[in-house]
Amino acid sequence: MEVFFQTLVAGVLKGGLYALIGLGMTLIMGVMGIINLAHGQFMMVAMYITYTLFHFFGLDPYTTLIISMPSLFLLGLVIQKFLLNPLMKVESILPENQVLMTVGIAMVLTEVARFIFTSNYLSVRTSYSSSAFYVGGISFSVPLSIAFILACLLTLGLFLFLIKTDLGRSIRAVSQDSGAAELMGIDSAKIKVITMGIGAGLVASAGTLLLPIYYLFPDIGGPFTTKAFIITILGGLGSTVGAIFGGLILGLAESFGATYIGMDFEDLVGLIIFLLVLLFLPGGIRRLTKV
Amino acid sequence: MLKVQGLNVSYGDLQVLWDVSFEVQEGEIVVLLGANGAGKSTALKTISSLVRPTAGSVEFLGARLDQVPSYGVINYGLAHVPEGRRLFSEMTVEENLILGSLTREAKAKRKKTLEWLYEIFPRLKERVKQPAGTLSGGEQQMVAIARGLMSLPKLVMFDEPSLGLAPIMVTEIFKIVEMVNREGMTVLLVEQNVHHTLAMCDRAYVLENGRITLSGTGQEFLNNDHIKEAYLGI
Repeated sequence: MEVFFQTLVAGVLKGGLYALIGLGMTLIMGVMGIINLAHGQFMMVAMYITYTLFHFFGLDPYTTLIISMPSLFLLGLVIQKFLLNPLMKVESILPENQVLMTVGIAMVLTEVARFIFTSNYLSVRTSYSSSAFYVGGISFSVPLSIAFILACLLTLGLFLFLIKTDLGRSIRAVSQDSGAAELMGIDSAKIKVITMGIGAGLVASAGTLLLPIYYLFPDIGGPFTTKAFIITILGGLGSTVGAIFGGLILGLAESFGATYIGMDFEDLVGLIIFLLVLLFLPGGIRRLTKV
Repeated sequence: MLKVQGLNVSYGDLQVLWDVSFEVQEGEIVVLLGANGAGKSTALKTISSLVRPTAGSVEFLGARLDQVPSYGVINYGLAHVPEGRRLFSEMTVEENLILGSLTREAKAKRKKTLEWLYEIFPRLKERVKQPAGTLSGGEQQMVAIARGLMSLPKLVMFDEPSLGLAPIMVTEIFKIVEMVNREGMTVLLVEQNVHHTLAMCDRAYVLENGRITLSGTGQEFLNNDHIKEAYLGI
């Protein structure tokens, strides 16, 4: 029974981080109508930023959030404005070509990282990296708990932004009907640029929060792009609330898979759930929650 | 106030408007009549810059709207209540209305305008926290109109506001359109519901196959043989 609860806790903590990854992806999906296949690579870039700041400047990995998030926000802005938005203006180009463009961006980011940092595995070791505290016999990893709390705060912040501010409302308006949004005076091209920035910033925070408990190499982006995609499908494309549940489900699935089936099957369990959702609940969790 | 001149509009190879010209004076209710596919909605979309003309110009209060991006048009005091309502259906009624008041001027008066509109549309006040998509067709049309009014426009364009509504609701919607005009806003109305609109409008234009074929006052239209035959079925 203790193993079960231990697994549950580990799954939920990890799920909180996955939710951050999924939220960025789903916002981009909703507003742009495309899947961002460079999402994991954005995260990889943020992880290298955190690594560099930790390694060369001695900054605490969590404080690097204030640098990694704005940096990726800017990177997202630039990519949307100069690489993706121009593709929309040419009518003969299918929207699918924007997706292809994100694949290209992903490759470039990965190879640039390999060029600068080589393919070696890197990690960030802090004094608290392997420490844990115990509540009722169940251990809570300190870095994972800090990451979870920060992830919850960021998610809360995002929802307040989306619900309470005019810019947040405009983002939701564009994702529901961009033509009507233009009539309201919303510049949808600008909203797309901002949304890509926010999506990249969110996944950057996940990368930074994950680094103290993970390792880093240039190809780490690919698996996380897949994870982000799975979370978005689980939650229902474009649904923000769904992305949170999707993240938690994937975190739990991986955690239980690793404990009860075997460490090697961690990713497999996530993919099996992904297939089951596609077969039996094609709309994702959105079908159940309606938001 | 609004002056449309020599408008040609094409979708790809298909030309839908041919040399369309008309005018709306301040304080008027002007109706654009025409059958399905005559180009009425395209005319409104061109005025809102959602569609670009291949020739011609749209002038509103001295500004050339055909050179303004679509999201900029609302800043000139022109609101477009689009065909099919186009609400943000997953957002609440209140959020929809708030999105109508993003211009600087409208934002400053947002609270007051909301109160004013809830007075006019008491049914919406009961539903402020409800997702717009769950409302009845008539209520959704009210939200669409109210959302347009949130920007405190000088001219409001309505694109078939009676479409798909129950007869009792149609009467209500036209009363609202007249009320909007009484409140000092100029109205450009696109309709197929000829009976109602000719009785309340100041002037009307007929659009047939993308060309303006007839223009005159509402009274003249009601006595016109061609209109009687083609649109009133008398």
